Amino acid sequence: MSWRSLLRPGDWGVVVLGAILCAASFPLIWRSGRADQVIIRSGGEVFAELDLARDRRIEVPGPLGTTTVAVERGRARVVSDPGPRQYCVRQGWLSRAGEIALCAPNQVSVEIAGRTRAYDSLGY
Amino acid sequence: MTRSVIRLTATPEDHRIARLAAAAIGLSLIDAAIPLPLPGIKPGLSNIVTLIVLSRHGWRVAAWVSGLRVVASALLLGQLLAPGFFMSLAGALSSLLLLAGAVRLPRRWFGPVSWSVLAAFAHIGGQLLLARLWLIPHDGVFLLAPIFAVAALTFGIINGLIAARLLAVFALRDPHA
Repeated sequence: MSWRSLLRPGDWGVVVLGAILCAASFPLIWRSGRADQVIIRSGGEVFAELDLARDRRIEVPGPLGTTTVAVERGRARVVSDPGPRQYCVRQGWLSRAGEIALCAPNQVSVEIAGRTRAYDSLGY
Repeated sequence: MTRSVIRLTATPEDHRIARLAAAAIGLSLIDAAIPLPLPGIKPGLSNIVTLIVLSRHGWRVAAWVSGLRVVASALLLGQLLAPGFFMSLAGALSSLLLLAGAVRLPRRWFGPVSWSVLAAFAHIGGQLLLARLWLIPHDGVFLLAPIFAVAALTFGIINGLIAARLLAVFALRDPHA
């Protein structure tokens, strides 16, 4: 009696479906912390919500002047800011969900958001 | 004062359920003795008995055997009413519910391997749900789901094949049963 003869046609289908479910569950569940959106706030209000997949540059007005934010290859950064200490510019690229750059003097923040957040917030 | 006598009569079916449950309990003790890298992953050998019972005696007997196995093996392992007991109860209940449907699939197409794989997935589904609702109320538990799914598929296929093989052997030995 061969082991293969014990499998009926529908059994193969169930096994294949199960294998597909297993294979699909890895990227579905393990990549959910991936960032997919950037939220830009100005003066506490949401100024723009951008898709991280699309490269673009946006000018955000604030009390001191214009803060420039760039989205590129799934990352975002503050390119220039009128603030005196430039912390948010020097923070560089933000790529993980929960990462945030605050340009406090100009009241602008750039935050990366994912479908699920791995961290409440990340600051350096 | 009249002396009252309580007489319990065990029907042949009771004997059969007890015998099968004993086999399942033995296998679940072997299960507990097998070391595996991740807590929560087990071959679930006693489910072979459940599958065979399901095929030969129907869902009701299978539910009895499975329920007795969960309670008795928890007693033997000192796990009764501990979290592990409720996890195994949740797994057993959800697989039995799914098997109630799966057993109605046409036998020509779907055999013990299908039942076994489907029940294994229901088993981890029920356990993950209970774990999420009660033991670890955080979505982090679902991070383990892919690993559990692979384990369910693997052991589901293996147990299903063993059950199918044993059923074939029984059918050869006793064609009228």
